[in-house]
Amino acid sequence: MGWLYYQYLLITGIYVLEPWEQSVFNTLLFTAVAMVIYTSYVFVPVHVHLALDFFSELVRGQPESTVALIN
Amino acid sequence: MMRTDEHYPRNGTLKSHCDQKQQENNSLKNGYHKNEKVHKNGTVNGFHQPRVRGEDSFEEAPMYVAVLTYMGYGIVILFGYFRDLLRAIGLEKCHQAQERQEQKDFVPLYQDFENFYTRNMYMRVRDNWNRPICSLPGPVFDLMERVTDDYNWTFRLTGKTIKNVINMGSYNYLGFAENNVDFLRTVAEVTRQYGVGVCSTRQELGNFSIHEKLEQHVAEFLGVEAAMAFGMGFATNSMNIPALVGKGCLILSDELNHTSLILGARLSSATIRVFKHNNMQSLEKLLKEAICSGQPRTHRSWKKILIMVEGIYSMEGSLVRLPEILALKKKYKAYLYLDEAHSIGAVGATGRGVTEHFGVDPNEVDVLMGTFTKSFGAAGGYIAGKKELVDYLRAHSHSAVYATAMSPPVVEQIIRAIKCIMGVDGTTEGQRRVRQLAENTRYLRSRLKDMGFIVYGNKDSPVVPLLLYLPGKVGAFSRAMLRRKIGVVVVGFPATTITEARARFCVSAAHTKEMLDKVIQSLDELGDYIRVKFSRHRLSQRPALYDETDFELDS
Repeated sequence: MGWLYYQYLLITGIYVLEPWEQSVFNTLLFTAVAMVIYTSYVFVPVHVHLALDFFSELVRGQPESTVALIN
Repeated sequence: MMRTDEHYPRNGTLKSHCDQKQQENNSLKNGYHKNEKVHKNGTVNGFHQPRVRGEDSFEEAPMYVAVLTYMGYGIVILFGYFRDLLRAIGLEKCHQAQERQEQKDFVPLYQDFENFYTRNMYMRVRDNWNRPICSLPGPVFDLMERVTDDYNWTFRLTGKTIKNVINMGSYNYLGFAENNVDFLRTVAEVTRQYGVGVCSTRQELGNFSIHEKLEQHVAEFLGVEAAMAFGMGFATNSMNIPALVGKGCLILSDELNHTSLILGARLSSATIRVFKHNNMQSLEKLLKEAICSGQPRTHRSWKKILIMVEGIYSMEGSLVRLPEILALKKKYKAYLYLDEAHSIGAVGATGRGVTEHFGVDPNEVDVLMGTFTKSFGAAGGYIAGKKELVDYLRAHSHSAVYATAMSPPVVEQIIRAIKCIMGVDGTTEGQRRVRQLAENTRYLRSRLKDMGFIVYGNKDSPVVPLLLYLPGKVGAFSRAMLRRKIGVVVVGFPATTITEARARFCVSAAHTKEMLDKVIQSLDELGDYIRVKFSRHRLSQRPALYDETDFELDS
């Protein structure tokens, strides 16, 4: 785990910064990642559901919509 | 008198060489006579033995490495701006020089943005350079321990020394940076005789007999007519190129030439055109264009065309393509300036540089330049070539007229090093060192390649750059190697391109196999821990081949 953190420090270039700057960067990154996860948790199921509906409607939709029009 | 006369018939050489040869006639070692033969044959034709030149390797790293490098630099630059903002607001103390309050409205003295890179990136990893050394820079050395309390803005010495750090950074190719009393006996005698200071320039009262002796030795060592020595290697290039070329001349210089060559070229006010590194098509295109179109506006022909190349390029470890350049030079009637700073003493079967390595007559190169700093363990530089050239430089070079002459103990060190390499002092120590250097180079390079590192350059060059690429890894690598008691030199952005930061190893003949093995093992572990083994070539499956005990068992 420590080695992975060390690799992360080296690859992003944070290794050269002072500790408080590292904390600032880590906080910002963590906040950004947390927001991405939260947004995906809240919205992705709804979007996936809507997309599935849209595509299934397209597939079976030709007979369905013409039927709806006539009715 | 009679004693020397009886050597003339055996020698059979021209009378003009008799002064130089006089002292060597008394030596009866086999090795010396062989060198003499090379000397005579060299004047006849070009090739002795055409030598297959190994290819330079410049392997490219995978694409993600370049992306991550730019990303790393981007993040550090952002933080640089952030810190500059804090400094401007006043939340943070500014350690750099600033104007006084009363002069705030004047024209600025210190450009804040120009040293953005120094302030925000170099300062953070500054502890990897300028480490104080407290012993001679031999194969192992002692460092003074240095700590910083405010993140590299100031340092303080703790008083302890880190002893026996393996030195992989000094240009000590043949191991002449030594303090063995026997070897330095002549240097001590010369110091007693001449003192240390010269107190004059070469042209005024600074031309000692020992300087003349040195120049004769250098000319003989290289196999040319005459040579002239200067006190500083960088100044040799920058002060002599303006004496050789001027306005109306054309300089074709390699992309990756050293700063001293570039500075000399710019000072001379000749037109400079750059060709791609070691690329003969690019050079030929430039030559054709120069001959066809002539000078830019007037279209008159160029007064002189000078091709400037180096023997070994110190940041890449690649060798110059000497036979091709000589062919081009003859075809287009240009002159060649060869800077052998790193290659003299370090390549070639008997250590005479790239001309010997390629089997080329040194008299074909118009201006041979080199330094004594690297393989000879002293300081200074030389320019060698035809007698008319050297006599011209004695009168017209800035270095000769204004610079102090070389200090006598340094001159004697060079003389003893040259005698040692040529074998004139009666031992085979010099040749042993040249062979040891070649062996060490081959060993280190092949092991590093097999382990999966990306190493640039030719397989025969003792300069071994190991690519690190990412800015974070550069600092981490140097510090980790120091913790393992190995001193390395890492190079970053301004000296190399921004994506290609590297660690540069300089192999020495004084390194024993145990030292090299320790270095290789540390590199192996560190390479895995930091993840710098980027090479995509298939790793060799036979590491046991290099283990000496296996050979003994087989025989």
